[in-house]
Amino acid sequence: MAQAQVAAKQSSIGFGKAERKLLTDPLDSNNPVTVQVLGICSALAVTTGMKNALVMAIAVVFVTMFSNIITSALRNSIPKAVRMIVQLIIIATLVTIVELTLKAVAFDSYKQLSVFIGLIITNCIVMGRLEAFAMANGPYRSMLDGIGNGIGYGIILIMVAFVRELFGKGELFGAKLIGATDDYLLNTQSFELFDIHWLSWYANNNLMVLFPSAMFVIGAIIWAHRAWNPSLVDVS
Amino acid sequence: MGELLNIFIKSAFIENLALSYFLGMCSYLAVSKTVKTAFGLGLAVIFVLGITMPINWVINNFLLSETGIFSTDLTFLRLILFIAVIASMVQLVEMVVEKFSPSLYNSLGIFLPLITVNCAILGGSLFMVSKEYNFMESVSFGLGGGFGWFLAIIAIAAIREKIKYSQVPPALRGLGMAFMLTGLMGLAFMSLMGIDPAAF
Repeated sequence: MAQAQVAAKQSSIGFGKAERKLLTDPLDSNNPVTVQVLGICSALAVTTGMKNALVMAIAVVFVTMFSNIITSALRNSIPKAVRMIVQLIIIATLVTIVELTLKAVAFDSYKQLSVFIGLIITNCIVMGRLEAFAMANGPYRSMLDGIGNGIGYGIILIMVAFVRELFGKGELFGAKLIGATDDYLLNTQSFELFDIHWLSWYANNNLMVLFPSAMFVIGAIIWAHRAWNPSLVDVS
Repeated sequence: MGELLNIFIKSAFIENLALSYFLGMCSYLAVSKTVKTAFGLGLAVIFVLGITMPINWVINNFLLSETGIFSTDLTFLRLILFIAVIASMVQLVEMVVEKFSPSLYNSLGIFLPLITVNCAILGGSLFMVSKEYNFMESVSFGLGGGFGWFLAIIAIAAIREKIKYSQVPPALRGLGMAFMLTGLMGLAFMSLMGIDPAAF
């Protein structure tokens, strides 16, 4: 009787405390990048610019959400021995959809992201959540978990991209904010929008454009996160 | 032969999958706590890369390309077929290891199936396509890439074993420090980028 009630509660489409926790946990105490160590490769590769990071984050939210829904709907009919292949086929199909859509809608981003869109398949977040959550829960709760983890990943991505693009190129979303423009000597009126002449001494930090800088930025984010939330500190 | 050796050295050191392209970072950071497990995982990655690369080359050239047996452009199926090959290879490796070396199987545990989602494997296959290697070159590229990844994970595991005894700020201990170290190793590897192995 009690079990039936619990089951009924889980399958109903409500939005209580437990559901909200599914969405907010991955943003903080169970963040996919800084706590679960999932999906690092793409976090490094696409964070040289805010625009690419945003496109990637949206693509990953889409893939985690739908792969979680589909896998959890099929979870009782997937044989254990071939479950990895089935999961990967589902993910690969969704990624191919994303790839073709991007190619049609945003060709510029597609060209820059190229290999890394394909690598969403091997983004451990997607398969990790399928294994850890969708194989054991209903489609609605799996959807919330997928959205939460996708957004938790996207937030880190955008934080890293903000630092790297601002200090590496002096730009945000491709718009020049700090530092001298290339035609600074010819056109001194190039800072109309924000009028920050006094920052034009800034020389771009080229280290921030290189891959290793993303490791340093993520390391610093982990440091800050754990200093703020000591329950996450590694005891070993 | 010299050409193949060049590709091997280039993919192992100069274009190292782990430290120059930062592929396969998830298992690289998660499994590098001790040298012993890192060693086992590194060997498994060499094996899987070395096997899947030629298989994917055959699939890409004889099934998917316009000159293949279907004589139509099927490259949109590339990702799905590549990942299916990799997943089945990893499943095979898992069965073989379980049968012949139960102790290694137990020490690797969950990290063995995780090789499937190691982006170094799929990334290697995609690089192989974009660099238009021939069959023998792709074998050499696969083995060299696997060897480079193996060296990288051994190196970080050795450093992490030593750094346990250092005074690191508590919040930076473990994962945070691993990130910083990998960044520094990546910077060091960038200095190899300008070397042309054909010059020797």
